[in-house]
Amino acid sequence: MRIALMSDVHGNREAFAACLEHAAENGVERYVFLGDYAGYGADPGWVIDTVGDHVDRGAVALLGNHDAAVLGTSAGMNEIAAEAIDWTRAQVNEGQRRFLAGLPLAVEDDERLYVHSSAFEPDAWHYVTDLYAASRSLMATQAHATFCGHTHVPALFHMSRTGKFASFDPVERVEIPLTPQRRWLAVLGSVGQPRDRDPAACYAILDDATSALTYMRVPYDIERAARKILEAGLPAVLAARLFDGY
Amino acid sequence: MDIERGSGDMNPKRLEAGSVIDGFTLDQPLPPGGMASFWRVSRPGTDMPLLMKIPLMRRGEDPITIVGFEVEQMILARLTGPHVPRFVAAGDFEQPYIVMEFIAGRSVKSFLDKTPLPPAQVADIGARIAFALHDLHRQHVIHLDLKPSNVILRDDGEAVLIDFGLSRHDQLPDLVAEEFDDPVGTGPYVAPEQVLRDRGDSRSDIFALGVILYFLATGERPFGEPQRAAEWRRRLWRDPVPPRRRNGKIPPWLQEIILHCLEVDPGERYATAAQLAFDLQHPEQVVLTARAERRERDAWPTVLMRRLRTPKRLPPRRRTLSGLLAGAPIVMAAIDLAPEGAELREALAVAVRRVLTTSPGARLACVNVLKTSRIMVDPETDAQGRNLHLQRLIELKHWTRALPVAAERVTYHVIEGVDPATALVDYARHTRIDHIVIGARGSSPMRRLLGSVSAKVVAEAPCTVTVVRLRENPGVAAPA
Repeated sequence: MRIALMSDVHGNREAFAACLEHAAENGVERYVFLGDYAGYGADPGWVIDTVGDHVDRGAVALLGNHDAAVLGTSAGMNEIAAEAIDWTRAQVNEGQRRFLAGLPLAVEDDERLYVHSSAFEPDAWHYVTDLYAASRSLMATQAHATFCGHTHVPALFHMSRTGKFASFDPVERVEIPLTPQRRWLAVLGSVGQPRDRDPAACYAILDDATSALTYMRVPYDIERAARKILEAGLPAVLAARLFDGY
Repeated sequence: MDIERGSGDMNPKRLEAGSVIDGFTLDQPLPPGGMASFWRVSRPGTDMPLLMKIPLMRRGEDPITIVGFEVEQMILARLTGPHVPRFVAAGDFEQPYIVMEFIAGRSVKSFLDKTPLPPAQVADIGARIAFALHDLHRQHVIHLDLKPSNVILRDDGEAVLIDFGLSRHDQLPDLVAEEFDDPVGTGPYVAPEQVLRDRGDSRSDIFALGVILYFLATGERPFGEPQRAAEWRRRLWRDPVPPRRRNGKIPPWLQEIILHCLEVDPGERYATAAQLAFDLQHPEQVVLTARAERRERDAWPTVLMRRLRTPKRLPPRRRTLSGLLAGAPIVMAAIDLAPEGAELREALAVAVRRVLTTSPGARLACVNVLKTSRIMVDPETDAQGRNLHLQRLIELKHWTRALPVAAERVTYHVIEGVDPATALVDYARHTRIDHIVIGARGSSPMRRLLGSVSAKVVAEAPCTVTVVRLRENPGVAAPA
């Protein structure tokens, strides 16, 4: 079965819709959403409702730190992120808040672990951006493969049986076999606000029969998503960065 | 891979003929290798002859065996074509194994006790291996452990590469590099940049093929048989004894090719295995440089200077195999030498210039077809008594005079054929041409009826084709 893994949509309806369509065309039968539906983008309500529809049909959805901030406080966030959260809070209705409040921090699925930030202290929102952070996460779980988001930069880490850690920059559309001989940590990149200098939306497809993971890049209507951010009165930098993918 | 043959097989199950693993029946044991045992196996419903490779797990789980096996499973499963064994199945935990096509044929290792081989045979075997390498490189994989025992010549002559345990797929994680701090490979064949832990260069395989050619042509290994990785470094500064010094029957062109493969700097070697194969297929066209005439190894002051300048490590480089190959295509210009085609030939030169300008590593093969008749014995001389072949070669050379390409990168070929299009396509297929540039004469009702050479080449070519056509005169309507 082909499973789509999508993280960090951040209210970007255009990017999310493009990825969902791309996944459907590529034979995806199951969806896992790894959190951060809100914050930054102009359509948090639509995104949360769409995720909710998928969950009703069996999808897995996790809580992200921006979602938690919508429910609680934006303390600890930078000024722009906090401003976007304050704006988002006013957009989200009671049903959507209830949906977010019911989401888990991590889900185990067969030999896989899904978590928004890191398997190491999931509620502390650590960023897996380097080998050290990856090793903390890999050592914190027994799962054969962990999937997370949060950094907005796609990456793949792995640990051999002899305890060697390494990282790899995945190449889009190339199937990577997650071999059974080692353990893997896949950071999925971001659907709605990529930061690896490629503006196309990023997600991945896992084939659970062959354990092959394929990163996908999906071009979408950035102009429209950016215009809506400006029209909503959100900080202009949130629109501009979509074009750079950074 | 150079490692001690271990004792103490730690495989959980004792394997014997008749045992069944995941539906495969073990039929007959084959001689074991250093890291694995091999069985002929069969499975109902599979006609292809099958080989099962089972890693020898030793005490303490030797990491090179484990990682090599993981890498081979990863890489072999995604390779296709006649130059690799077809992948069938793999198993992991209870009994690790890979099942693949059993290749009937002859290992290149079996030629070693008959060395030195005649130059023509060395070139023939070398070209076959080079084609297999090029096919591997096109699939994003560098072998990195090429040696005679890892090449099998099928009964039909095609070379098949085996054992991908140290290989690198340039779009997948390099598990070997991440597991080992020391360079890995096989002492006599490992390339200088591999010694410096660069595992990302397809030209490392061209170096190893150079070692094989040297061995086949002289009966000696150019760098001996160093066992310890520390001794591998020596090849970074010490050049091998020139092959002709070891065997006086080696012609200059073969020494030129071998030493071209064995250059220390990968940038000085053949850019692609296809370009190497091209030279091995056209000995008479190999441009001889100082390499061909070398009679002695370099004097010690030169060697000492090189040693002092040798870096401990290479700076990290970012390149992809597809980028390396795309930068060094073999371009074929199909040239019609008929007197009325002068204007079209000029337009063809403009188009070829454009292609060469964008790929600095390109080679250019200028090809003209000498049409032969099906029935008559064709005259080799024209009315003025000139040798037709020679005259055409001279004209081809004249055509390239203004093109931006060094003399050693251009070759000239007059090929014979009853049907020019078929001759061109066959030639392109045989020499792994990447890009054909061909002229099309104007369209006319007659030409459309009979079919043009360029249209047939476009339809049947195994690669990209650029068709060059002179612009119609403005105001003249195209025929309805």
